[in-house]
Amino acid sequence: MNMTVKIVTIILAGILTNNYVLSKFLGICPFLGVSKKLDTAMGMSAAVIFVMLLSTAVTYPIQRFVLEALGLEYLQTIVFILIIAALVQLVEIVLKKYIPALHASLGVYLPLITTNCAVLGCAILVTEDFGSAAYASFGEGYAYALSCAFGSGLGFLVAMAIFAGVRKRMESCDIPETLKGLPITLVAASLVAMSFLGFSGVVHM
Amino acid sequence: MAKKTISMRKDSHEESVAIIEETQAAEQTETAAADTDTAAETAAAKPNDKKPAAGVLGDAMKRGIILENPVLRLVLGTCPTLATTTAASNAIGMGIAATLVLICSNTVISLLRNIIPDKVRIPAYITIIASFVSIVQMLVKAFAPALDESLGIYLPLIVVNCIILGRAEMYASKHAPALSALDGLAMGVGFTTALLCMGTIREILGAGSLFGAKLPILSSQPILFFSLAPGGFFVFGMLIAAANKLSKKNNLPVRNGCGDCPAAATCSLSGKGGCR
Repeated sequence: MNMTVKIVTIILAGILTNNYVLSKFLGICPFLGVSKKLDTAMGMSAAVIFVMLLSTAVTYPIQRFVLEALGLEYLQTIVFILIIAALVQLVEIVLKKYIPALHASLGVYLPLITTNCAVLGCAILVTEDFGSAAYASFGEGYAYALSCAFGSGLGFLVAMAIFAGVRKRMESCDIPETLKGLPITLVAASLVAMSFLGFSGVVHM
Repeated sequence: MAKKTISMRKDSHEESVAIIEETQAAEQTETAAADTDTAAETAAAKPNDKKPAAGVLGDAMKRGIILENPVLRLVLGTCPTLATTTAASNAIGMGIAATLVLICSNTVISLLRNIIPDKVRIPAYITIIASFVSIVQMLVKAFAPALDESLGIYLPLIVVNCIILGRAEMYASKHAPALSALDGLAMGVGFTTALLCMGTIREILGAGSLFGAKLPILSSQPILFFSLAPGGFFVFGMLIAAANKLSKKNNLPVRNGCGDCPAAATCSLSGKGGCR
């Protein structure tokens, strides 16, 4: 397959068929937590895309040139989570110092992202799907890994945007006492996830 | 007999109420109500402060499984709850793996609680938790390769499970090692119970089997919806609704809100009544 076509396919798959939130259950906490309003949902999604891309950009080469080269694959979990935590801190400090406007809008979400399983999940999944076993050339694998991270982040954004809309409609509904709060939110999430099932088979990897 | 159970329950409430007090919750009305309760409860609980070991164990278990069930009452660790419960056996495997990590990390964090500087405690906790997750990962890979296959990515993701970091922050950093280990065990059992409950429902309805054994009638026409992602959300929602209904009926205390969330200190929503 042509490389450009493949990159587009990976991004589309991340949004539609392999949506991290709605089909892989990664990043459910922010999905349920900060999806009440569209603007907070967008802020969180932007922060997730940013951190996901950045952390994949750092962890993928480390996996190939440090962990695999030295036979330390079993340290993957501990190394990746520390890199992500350090990166989030670094991004926060840099943004605070040089781009205070962006920090004001993304800042509150950044510390929450360290414990967001979508970021660590993405970093680990790309080393499995696009690692040295599947792609011998580093450049090719790296390009696919980055596009997968970007696509997954976009998928998170799409799911958050749709769900924020659904929850806004739900506010004016008459909900049974027992289902108020989290239960009805989960039922709504179930319906959104069901609509995404319709995309299955649209994109073939 | 009835009196005894009531006093036991009140005793175990002390914990949760103390947490509510500490967080200086923004929901003053709720806190105020809880505070008046606290006074009465602490007074009632004072006489049997020193309990035999069996009583302590019972209390911890009750707290972990019913009063502060991490999944159904505190709603922590939603990702593995939804993702690994397509079959009951996977749910148990996930539960046991997380319980092991919880016990070990709680013990070690409790032992180091006076050494770890307050400012870097979260990274320190994450490092400790990640080490134990790596150990559990290796154990599962070596002794239960089938489970490793079915849990996949969710096994390393125990690192970012809010239950483990939450218990480290709320309990292990303030209590003695033995108590913390017990708390880890109780919370782990609570987590496993909730996962098993959900896994059983989803496996019976979604695949028409239980622990891999085919059930009559149901297996001829299973409802695929329950095995797929939307079914996970739906069953989880219904279980939480049932837990809420039951706890209201039995007058259990309200959830701790942001008190148990590891991100409460940094979350912008914790001052506005939390994200739920």
